[in-house]
Amino acid sequence: MNGSKITKATPHVTQNEDLLFERSRRGRIGYRLPALDVEPTPIDEIVPAELRRDDDLEGVPELSEVDVVRHFTRLSTWNYAVDHGMYPLGSCTMKYNSRLNEKVARIAGFANLHPLAPAEEAQGALEVLYELQQHLAEITGLPGVSLQPAAGAHGEMTGVMLIRAYLDARDGKGHGRDVMLVPDSAHGTNPASANLSGFRVKTVRTTPEGLTDLDQLRELCATGDVAGLMLTNPNTLGLFERNIREICHIVHEAGGLVYMDGANMNALVGWARPGDMGVDVIHLNLHKTFSTPHGGGGPGSGPCCCTAALEPFLPVPRIVREGEAFKLDYDRPQSIGRVRAFYGNFGMAVRALAYILTHGPDGMREATEAAVLNARYIAQALASDYEKPYQAPPMHEVVFTDKRQARKGVHTLDIAKRLIDYGFHPPTIYFPLIVQGAMLIEPTESVGREELDQFVAAMRAIAREAEEEPETVRNAPHTTRIGRLDEAAAARRPVLRWKPTAKAESA
Amino acid sequence: MAHVPEDLHYSKDHEWVRVEGDTAVIGITDYAQHSLGDIVYVELPRVGDSFAAHDAFGSVESVKAVSEVYAPVSGEVIEVNESLQDEPEKVNSDPYGDGWMVRVRLLDPGEVDSLLTAAEYEDYIKKETE
Repeated sequence: MNGSKITKATPHVTQNEDLLFERSRRGRIGYRLPALDVEPTPIDEIVPAELRRDDDLEGVPELSEVDVVRHFTRLSTWNYAVDHGMYPLGSCTMKYNSRLNEKVARIAGFANLHPLAPAEEAQGALEVLYELQQHLAEITGLPGVSLQPAAGAHGEMTGVMLIRAYLDARDGKGHGRDVMLVPDSAHGTNPASANLSGFRVKTVRTTPEGLTDLDQLRELCATGDVAGLMLTNPNTLGLFERNIREICHIVHEAGGLVYMDGANMNALVGWARPGDMGVDVIHLNLHKTFSTPHGGGGPGSGPCCCTAALEPFLPVPRIVREGEAFKLDYDRPQSIGRVRAFYGNFGMAVRALAYILTHGPDGMREATEAAVLNARYIAQALASDYEKPYQAPPMHEVVFTDKRQARKGVHTLDIAKRLIDYGFHPPTIYFPLIVQGAMLIEPTESVGREELDQFVAAMRAIAREAEEEPETVRNAPHTTRIGRLDEAAAARRPVLRWKPTAKAESA
Repeated sequence: MAHVPEDLHYSKDHEWVRVEGDTAVIGITDYAQHSLGDIVYVELPRVGDSFAAHDAFGSVESVKAVSEVYAPVSGEVIEVNESLQDEPEKVNSDPYGDGWMVRVRLLDPGEVDSLLTAAEYEDYIKKETE
């Protein structure tokens, strides 16, 4: 490696962190109990011998409180997070989660409310859910909203179940519509949701321009067995499906419904509404578009929005307004039933509503503009260094490939690892699957011009390194505590548990 | 350049077929294994399963992605390469030999004629990489 080339970080002087098992020292404890001031009860009277381990807790780590606190605190500082900097994971919308959202979600009346509290004692919480539903309906142009789904794929499956229930009601069971069409650029969760819901998946090709192949769509729709199409718009290549109205028309003419994957809604909010495009049902990712925490346990939230025709099938309970009061309505005979305990991830609904209200319609439109502008800035700035497989201007994310660098033996994985040395989280790599060596970059609206320029400079520096000293890139990262991991060996022969070594035993 | 043996038939989905009497051995090509990268898991059908040409009959997982493997010809599975369960890396190291995937009884031997020859497949991948 050539250490002098690394500008943004220096090699760590500390060693890698041992596991708690390895840090264990015989007899070390976290707490000392006070002296016993009652008669001791023989252990046999409380816990039968056969339920007790007889190895003196062999292998259980023995540590003090400060050992444990420092261990986890050290590890936590090695993470990369949206609070550290740009996190350009394509199709993931890793935007900043405002502190205000967190503050509002921690208001005691929301945070401590018991999910079994009767509706009359939870009017404020129900109003939050109802209000959020109203906003999401307006943003998507789809009036029926359920906040129950726990995350994106769950929202997808709920949407697909709505389509199934609707078709069963419209055409009678045994209608034979068992095919779900999914473009070859789709998120892998789309075919999985369709398959789990009992549909056969057929793939729709992408044209050389990066859009859904209308001719093939027409062919596939002509067979009479199509239940629907699952489409992401903008698609995962970052391109707006400009024929969306025609696409919806073709599917509707064939008796099917159109499901839109809302993963890329960050490119549309305030500017274009799926309902106006002809979409029947969509899921949103509050943890992407509406700035609730994403990754690290979230939890997520994947509300489902649908047309009035599909609304009777939404999960129960529905949250409805009667005069000034809010009620939970279970009397929906056509409902697909519950998809989640209680009312979804409520804390996320509070945060998303805070996001919507603090931005307002103009603020959300501006956020969308900035997200698209930032992606186009990167698309333009890197076009001379990296191959761009599709020429149309991208929406909120842009895909590049490693085609030029591959000639020097430098591949997408190497470029991603090298970005870590420059202090950035790598973009999404090797997705979409239809793009060989894909790097899918989504900056979001949360980065300013300076950081965009730093990212562009880092990517350009890596392109230069790939030409002049490809080994530096191929062996990256160099500034992390451990170097390149053997991902193939880790997946082929994973080590799933710690086992004592000679060192630990002698200690 | 990817290795393309003369005596095999090829599909545009990058599978190869070796015809042996009324049976055929199927695997993925050197080009395919190279594009996928290090293969970490191979999912194969069971003996007795049947599939039509172009059906997905299994999947290959690499460190990059999971990809489906499509049947180049219609057939009934009479043997699967069980050793790939523990040693998926054979698909990388020897795609035309130890990395074979399934042996099928051909349901329509005529289908083989519609596959690509080695020369045609070489042209095809050359176009894909340009």
